Amino acid sequence: MSKLLQSQGPLLALLGLVLLFSVITDSFASWGNLGAVLEAAAIPAVVAIGLTFVLMQASIDLSVEGVASLANIILAITIANSVTATDIGLWAVPLVLGVGLAIGATSGAISIYVRMPSLIVTLGMWLTTVGLAALLYPGRLPQILDTRITGLAIGKVWGLSWIVYLTLALIIMALLVEKHTRFGRMCRAIGENEPVLVMSGIKVIRHKIAAFALAGGCYAAAGILMGARIGVGNTQSGVGLLFPSIAACVLGGTLLSGGHGGVRQSMIGVLILVTLRNGLIMVGVDPLLQSALEGAVIILAVAGSTWHLRRKIRVIK
Amino acid sequence: MTAFSLEGISKRFGEVTALDNVSLSLNEGEVLGLIGQNGSGKSTIMKVMAGLHRPDSGVVKVGGRAVQLRSPAEAALAGIGLVHQEQSLIQALSVAENLFLDKPAGSTWAGVYRWNSLRDRAKAQLDKVELDIDPFTPVSALSFGQRQMVELAKVLSLEELVHGHLVILFDEPTAVLNPPEIQALFGQIRRIKHRSSVVFVSHRMDEILDISDRVYVMSDGRNVATRDRDAVNPDELYELMVGRQRVNRKDRKPREAHIGAEPALTLNHVTVPGEIEDISLKLAPGEILGLIGVQGSGAETILRTVFGMADDWQGKIEYFGAPLDIDTPAQAVAKGIGYLPAERKTEGMIRNTSVSENVAITYGWQHGRGAGLISRAKERGMIEGWVRKLAIKTPSIAHRIDNLSGGNQQKVVLSKWLFGKTLKVLMLDHPTRGLDPGARSDLFAVIRELADQGLAILLVGDTLDEVLTLSDSIIVMKDGRVSARIEGVQAAPPSEEDLVKAMV
Repeated sequence: MSKLLQSQGPLLALLGLVLLFSVITDSFASWGNLGAVLEAAAIPAVVAIGLTFVLMQASIDLSVEGVASLANIILAITIANSVTATDIGLWAVPLVLGVGLAIGATSGAISIYVRMPSLIVTLGMWLTTVGLAALLYPGRLPQILDTRITGLAIGKVWGLSWIVYLTLALIIMALLVEKHTRFGRMCRAIGENEPVLVMSGIKVIRHKIAAFALAGGCYAAAGILMGARIGVGNTQSGVGLLFPSIAACVLGGTLLSGGHGGVRQSMIGVLILVTLRNGLIMVGVDPLLQSALEGAVIILAVAGSTWHLRRKIRVIK
Repeated sequence: MTAFSLEGISKRFGEVTALDNVSLSLNEGEVLGLIGQNGSGKSTIMKVMAGLHRPDSGVVKVGGRAVQLRSPAEAALAGIGLVHQEQSLIQALSVAENLFLDKPAGSTWAGVYRWNSLRDRAKAQLDKVELDIDPFTPVSALSFGQRQMVELAKVLSLEELVHGHLVILFDEPTAVLNPPEIQALFGQIRRIKHRSSVVFVSHRMDEILDISDRVYVMSDGRNVATRDRDAVNPDELYELMVGRQRVNRKDRKPREAHIGAEPALTLNHVTVPGEIEDISLKLAPGEILGLIGVQGSGAETILRTVFGMADDWQGKIEYFGAPLDIDTPAQAVAKGIGYLPAERKTEGMIRNTSVSENVAITYGWQHGRGAGLISRAKERGMIEGWVRKLAIKTPSIAHRIDNLSGGNQQKVVLSKWLFGKTLKVLMLDHPTRGLDPGARSDLFAVIRELADQGLAILLVGDTLDEVLTLSDSIIVMKDGRVSARIEGVQAAPPSEEDLVKAMV
């Protein structure tokens, strides 16, 4: 039993939350609300996928909000829109994803070759990309006119938007990469014991840069989905993504010290966070009190899920 | 036929000569047992053979041909594999992935694992060492013995990659194993002899005599003897291992100890799972108790347990007659227990700060104005007093500690503890490690004087002569247990050979 609690603690916590809110409110347990939870979880989930690979390696990436905003602006001004005359059609999507990958790879390369902590590099990258997004902002809010993008949010199949299905597809791909590619397996190994890998002649640097690039690509994808949902290009569109995605990864059991967790765990973390937010609204908790409660629950949940590891973690940074 | 040889290998690390013109030859199908004390050069010689260290001079020959081993990968191509002490496995990955970690060819296709092929190949390797486990078990789920077998299987996969004769190096493989696991490992070593030569390092004499065809003794970075198994006389080996660590009788200044009647510190049946077992000892004010043992014998663990740094321990520790109930070093310090760690540079001193900062860090408040306010002037006076008393060579107490010599740094760290008004027990963990002979005898004098003033001192020594020169009584540790107790050391000193015999 205690073993089950250790390995599946976050999943049990999620089920517990669902059960709790289903009992104390009438409105939580409904198909409509389940859909709302999934819709709210989709974009943080895309971000959390990328972040998971970086965290497994015991690095961190804080540039989420900047990269997502920049991606969102580039999408809005290069696709059919209400402000600029440029329209490269759906080519805007690979362009934006490419930008995200390049930014991520740059962060990773700087961190490795200049030997800077990823925390500082990506903090700088966050501000740099926020600045670039502001520079590219065409002065007026560009409405995205291409319906192939906005349709992702509006068009629904079985009550869920295409955003949710695209996210699901991404999750499945990420799970496959994590489990079946050498890159995925090495991410975890790097977080656990990098010196051994170096001594074994493994090209650790390549795997590390790849993880940052993948993360950047995921943030850009989140920026595109954000554009689909809000229908405009906004320099603020990525704001608010950083905290829930890191918190979700850690809640799910992807420790910041690396080597643990994975995509599945991070996704459970996202669901816990979104369910909590949704449930608190349903219960009618004062919105001002909500974030305080959220923070407290996160600390409690992480303390609970890593309790059995606490002796192994000697230095807390 | 000679499978592998080292000729005139020397290796220096800065000031320290780790290997001094060492030669070794290994015949085909032979098990060579390598034995020596801590710091005798055993692990350096293994690392040279495995391609982890490059010698400063000398020749490495494989099958009679001179080669340069620039990396573990090159050593592997030459048929040389090092079986690590289980820490080279990645716990989060499966056994199969670990086996082929450094040789991925054939197990992946375009970066994607071919699980079936990987499983079959891993199974074949595991069969060799008769380990019947699912190749996809995560390493974290294995016992230490099983992990050691996986390490062995990882190295034995060289058999398919290299055509010639193999050289398999075992670096203290038995340290974490229990007796049946050790026997299983020995079975494997005997089995692989038909196409490999083996070098086997161990701290334990009985194991060396059990498995080796020849015994190779190291002392102070030199090969002092090589003996065939049939011609081995263990007593002679003990004598050879002592090497230069013999007490110079002239240096001995018998100290008239004034040992208190009531013990300051009493350990009753203290056990730290996996590290020390059933340790009992008594230490009185004014007494110097020396602990000695090979690396991993648990002597350091005793100090760390008393200092509140063990995660999990059983038994009873009494401090001046009352149970000592502490979980953290801060509580130990509050009771009057000090600890001088072995790793001076990382645990002892605070780098990039001044001498005075280092001295006052722990007990400065005791010389302040009370209520948490410190008094710089009073502190300064006290610190200068200690600098004079211990003869610390520093331009001023505001000087950065990093710029002092090792011996002076160690004295600064020591005065941190002496600064306290409440210190009653001082534990010294390898206090002379890395110090030159002059600094060592300075420190010896200080330690003696402290004991004369009534401090109870628990010492883990680096060398035999250190412990023999300083201690009033000696406890020898082996594999986490007490293997010998010697009282009245200053009056009737035991021989160095007796200590070594109890250690290995």
